[in-house]
Amino acid sequence: MASVAEGGYIPAARRRRFSRRRAGQAAAPYVLLAPAAAVIGLVLAYPLYLLVKMSFEKYGLFELIRHKGRWIGTANYASILHDSTFWHVVLRTVLFTAVCVTLTMVLGTAIALLLLQLSTWVRVALTTGLVLVWAVPVIVAVNIWRWMVDYQFGVANWTLTKLHVGDFTRHDWFANPWAGFGVFTALIVWGAIPFVTITVYAALAQVPQELLEAAAIDGARPWAVFREVTVPLLKPIFVILTSLSIIWDFQVFQQIWVMLDSRPSSDYYTMAIYAFHQSFQISEYGLGAAIAVVMVVIMFGATLMYLRQMLRTGEVY
Amino acid sequence: MSKRLGWNVLGLAVLGVMIFPVYWMVTTAFKPGQQILSYTPNWFPTHPTLSNFTDAIHQQFFWNAVKNSLIVVTVVVALSLVLAFLGALALAKFEFYGRKAFIVIILGVQMVPLAALIIPLYILMSKLNQVDKLSGVIVMYLTFVLPFAVWTLRGFLLGVPKELEESAMVDGAARFGAFVRILLPLVGPGLVATSIFAFIQAWNEFLIAYVFLHTPEKQTLMVWLASFTTLRGTDWGPLMAGATLCSLPVIVFFVLVQRKIAFGLTAGAVKG
Repeated sequence: MASVAEGGYIPAARRRRFSRRRAGQAAAPYVLLAPAAAVIGLVLAYPLYLLVKMSFEKYGLFELIRHKGRWIGTANYASILHDSTFWHVVLRTVLFTAVCVTLTMVLGTAIALLLLQLSTWVRVALTTGLVLVWAVPVIVAVNIWRWMVDYQFGVANWTLTKLHVGDFTRHDWFANPWAGFGVFTALIVWGAIPFVTITVYAALAQVPQELLEAAAIDGARPWAVFREVTVPLLKPIFVILTSLSIIWDFQVFQQIWVMLDSRPSSDYYTMAIYAFHQSFQISEYGLGAAIAVVMVVIMFGATLMYLRQMLRTGEVY
Repeated sequence: MSKRLGWNVLGLAVLGVMIFPVYWMVTTAFKPGQQILSYTPNWFPTHPTLSNFTDAIHQQFFWNAVKNSLIVVTVVVALSLVLAFLGALALAKFEFYGRKAFIVIILGVQMVPLAALIIPLYILMSKLNQVDKLSGVIVMYLTFVLPFAVWTLRGFLLGVPKELEESAMVDGAARFGAFVRILLPLVGPGLVATSIFAFIQAWNEFLIAYVFLHTPEKQTLMVWLASFTTLRGTDWGPLMAGATLCSLPVIVFFVLVQRKIAFGLTAGAVKG
């Protein structure tokens, strides 16, 4: 700065500093982003590529030690596609996800709408309770539910017997996979409701009141107002919540794994558990990778709407 | 009026159902053994005791697990704050080629299924000699925290009026100095929210810690809790006491920042 005041002209040295500064400006965002991008690249992008590559390789214990797979083309895919267990597992996972996501979204939205009808103190109490449930770590939640459905001293069996639903004394919930998956559904939906409810409630609060009143004046019933006015306005939120729920529920692993003492019978395999079993338990990492690739493809297919919305977000910001 | 009453009763019933599992965990933790192993449930801990908690903290490897969890959480929080702040700065304050693509990637990371990625991650980490090491786990956690952290901080940085920075620079501060002195205090709440999010993620995570940390001495609290029962059958009292202890820090922090997390995860949808 001093040189300008003294000499009254811009010296060459300063001009050079100007342009260097502009170059620095252009590079700055990349430099700032570099560390974060490097970590994400190392832990997400490269493994994603590795996953696809491995699914075309024979990758067992021997290859693990050598750190190098052996290319075998589509043999892994051929082998899982002809494996009837695999198809059962896919079907089971899709069905389980559909039930969990539907229940989560319907109940979560219903409770959000209920919140609008409550007196302030009940609303505060219910929201606080929901946040509390939301905060419970998954592994803790699994252990609580495991205790509640214990075959001998579990509170669930006692209550159901007392309510005359049937005789549940010493009832083992995991003997029958349908009942077992019922427990997992309850556990997952219970844990997922708070996030959905609180997000939908926050979005509901932003719906312009005039719109709802205008519709009511025009003679629309409450249900029609909800379906014709509220739902279209909240569509982006619903798309995101449904997609996130699909992503979370479709890769269900730890709830089943921990509840069943790290050794679920094959009746309880979901795609994530099957991939885990193939790779880490019988050391067929290539087969496991192929299963995981199919899993990712199905998930992306199910969340296409979310992807489109996300790309649009990228445009807007 | 009576209609409101009906809704209130329904609301309280929902609250009761939702909260019951948590209530059951805490009360079981305070019950003496014979009240837990009873065929008729004891709804209230009439003779509260702390013996379950003493049992839990005297379990093998509990203090190892506490130490490991604290190390992992502290490092993840510190590193994610620095890296995310720099990244957010780039996204919020600069126009540059590839910015949109990076935003899409940031949002897309949420979609990558960890359960699928765990296989190649294991291969990669064993190549890099990072299996059974806390450092490997820390790098992986960092990745899953960064996208959210960058996105949240970016929102806070956008909220800072440009005039403030400019006036700071006119006053003779270099750009970097302006950032530190003007921006840092203003994005303080964002930094708090981000660090607590990172804390919760790193504290709660199970799958990565379970797959990558083999030695019992190196495990984190969630892995410790998950393997609690296999030692000598299921000891429900100490297990529930341990579970209560493991959730306590998270619950405290979660209640503090819950609103910001809800908005952060769905940020893309609001006014999209």
